[in-house]
Amino acid sequence: MIVEAGHFALVLAFVLAVVQFAVPLIGTRTGDDRLMAVAAPVTIAGFALTALSFAALTMAYVQSDFSVVNVWENSHSLKPMLYKVTGVWGNHEGSMLLWVLILTFFGALVAWFGSNLPASLRANVLSVQGLVGAAFLLFVLATSNPFARIETPPFEGRDLNPILQDIGLAIHPPLLYLGYVGFSVCFSFAVAALIEGRIDAAWARWVRPWTLAAWVFLTGGIAMGSYWAYYELGWGGWWFWDPVENASFLPWLSGTALLHSAIVMEKRSALKIWTLLLAILTFSLSLLGTFLVRSGVLTSVHAFATDPTRGLFILFILMLFIGGSLSLFALRASSLTQGGLFQPISREGALVLNNLFLTTATATVLIGTLYPLLVEAVTGDKISVGAPFFNMTFVPLALPLLIAVPFGPLLAWKRGDLYAVTQRLYAALGGALLTVLIALFFVDGMGVLAAFGVGVATWLVLGALTDLALKAGIGSVTTAVAWRRFRGLPRSVFGTALAHLGLGLTTLGIVAVTSLDVEEIAVMKPGDTLAVANYTLRFEEMTPFQGPNFTSDKARFTYINAWGRELGEVISSKRLYTARQMPTTEAGIVTRGLSQLYVSIGDPTADGGIVVRAWWKPLVLLIWLGGLVMMIGGTVSLLDRRLRVGAPAARKAKPKVLTPAETPAQ
Amino acid sequence: MRRFAFLLVLLSLALPAFAVQPSEVLDDPALEARARQLSSGLRCMVCQNQSIDDSDAELARDLRVLVRERLVAGETDEQVIDYVVSRYGEFVLLQPRFNMRNALLWAAPILLLAIGGAFIVAQSRRRTRPVTQALSAEEESRLKEILGDSE
Repeated sequence: MIVEAGHFALVLAFVLAVVQFAVPLIGTRTGDDRLMAVAAPVTIAGFALTALSFAALTMAYVQSDFSVVNVWENSHSLKPMLYKVTGVWGNHEGSMLLWVLILTFFGALVAWFGSNLPASLRANVLSVQGLVGAAFLLFVLATSNPFARIETPPFEGRDLNPILQDIGLAIHPPLLYLGYVGFSVCFSFAVAALIEGRIDAAWARWVRPWTLAAWVFLTGGIAMGSYWAYYELGWGGWWFWDPVENASFLPWLSGTALLHSAIVMEKRSALKIWTLLLAILTFSLSLLGTFLVRSGVLTSVHAFATDPTRGLFILFILMLFIGGSLSLFALRASSLTQGGLFQPISREGALVLNNLFLTTATATVLIGTLYPLLVEAVTGDKISVGAPFFNMTFVPLALPLLIAVPFGPLLAWKRGDLYAVTQRLYAALGGALLTVLIALFFVDGMGVLAAFGVGVATWLVLGALTDLALKAGIGSVTTAVAWRRFRGLPRSVFGTALAHLGLGLTTLGIVAVTSLDVEEIAVMKPGDTLAVANYTLRFEEMTPFQGPNFTSDKARFTYINAWGRELGEVISSKRLYTARQMPTTEAGIVTRGLSQLYVSIGDPTADGGIVVRAWWKPLVLLIWLGGLVMMIGGTVSLLDRRLRVGAPAARKAKPKVLTPAETPAQ
Repeated sequence: MRRFAFLLVLLSLALPAFAVQPSEVLDDPALEARARQLSSGLRCMVCQNQSIDDSDAELARDLRVLVRERLVAGETDEQVIDYVVSRYGEFVLLQPRFNMRNALLWAAPILLLAIGGAFIVAQSRRRTRPVTQALSAEEESRLKEILGDSE
């Protein structure tokens, strides 16, 4: 009954989404306030119904109701409660339901907090949001219904894929979706601006918080996913340039570009058309990612839920939204005005450079991901584009951008002085050069390129700190004044510095782990030792263990430092999930400072030993801690009074209708 | 979610065996390093975008052993790669070859950067020039009206 109610709620949500699309749009076309006012309540009701539907499915999972096909296929009565709940989105149907839930959630947020928007803009935004929602709700209802029943319910479920039975499943997909789908708001704002045919600095101010929020979530989702793959897959890789990863990385790259171009638009009302285009492209890339993964075009026979009907359906949605929005853009963009003149050497110029490199990087990753499809379609040949290609092209594109980062926030708007800024960055530059020298001469196994990478990372970190120090006036005023100024700095300044600092930390982690990691492979018997970097592992024993829905063999190791002191134990195990008869490896990981010792066990050998693979991963944690710092930076920036959604300051920024004749810059 | 599919893919092959087995490791460290380098650029044919160096699949193991045998026999890196490609096709290469068919792929980053840069330069040139605002048709007619200019 609850299940049917959930299904019914979803159908109602679809109907409301159609209303949400059509009625406010007619309202803005005819100038009817009553029709426009329909948008907000309908959006909120649509969200409530989708949430109800999601709750119904969750209920079925919690109660292990195996009469529901989706629950039977992906759950098991003995599974721990956490994984029963997370299992809701550990499959195609449920994950699409989560997607739609988050989409309607963002729509409802706009409805709630959008009271300071002009009525027609709000109505148009919600209308576009409604159309996206309707398309995906129809997709779920027509091709991926999670509420289908089985006539004679089985006693036991088939269990969730063991690799997904992890805390990572609770965090990674919701964060990733909040990011992916969050960009739909930017998209709706962009299309609404095109429909209205006007766009101004106030528009950028309204869009920026949504972009920031989506970016923060997407950053978290990608970082979390990377860490999950790192510890779960058992060989310590943290990024594979897999099409599936690229699908999430693409909107991140263009979303980062959007974040920066929106600043220029807000402050200087320049780059309007470009910002609009980026808003459209970013969500288009999210949609493309959904299509690539859901249709199985790229992931071939191995991905779950590869059903040609679903692929075609999403392809249709994709063409509708990307094609539609870009056509609208082509029609209307020329009528929008450009404003805000600036010199090439200026804050705007730096942000344009940022956008140039980020969009080129986005396009490169996109082309690399799709090229095999293209070649196969045109010539029939099958080729692969893998990690070596992406490393060879992405890294050279990223490096100049990273080097330019510290200059950006220090340059003045309109017309900057590169020489003066360089002088102010002398300390950071000196620090970076010093670390390059230290890395080159005092760190074993550090190549020239890697040392350069360490220098770039230090440059980013010191550059971010310099930015804060200079803005507080440290060195030029007394400490007390500097402290007061420091505390009085706008939050967005801290946000920028933190995000750039986080980028530096991630860079340092990546460089360290790629150039200095140590790998050892050996067959070990109890009592044997294995030297890994400065540590020694001693294999103690193998013990069997019975988990709730798996059996496992636990290998216990003692790790010993260079001076022979025993520091503790590390347990690495192999699990066999009984329902699916599926084995997994659970790596043993010891954290030493920011570095990790990573131990993974393999097959037993004929003579009673086991294969052991161990890594020393120097500074590996920085990769994800940097991501976390970036998230904190984004959040701090989001809390800036100027950007706070619905803050009184934003109310003052009345939407000025700029006709070409009135544009101040011209 | 996107990553799930990926995890699943890996999982379907992630039997608790390891990629490189101790028995496969060559005695000569220089040769072994070359073997690792080569195998990290070769695709495991039955896996999803995974190199044979990372993969646990049986086929990947065979290929790793093959690469090592060829190296031990004294072949150069190019000869080994050519041999593997002749057997499995270009699909096996994770780094696509530099040839005409892949020209678009390899040239894309530089080309896009150049086009983007040129566009920005052109735009800024155009924009730094003072722009005179043309009158709209309405303004034009009003102006004519004011000036009493009858044609």
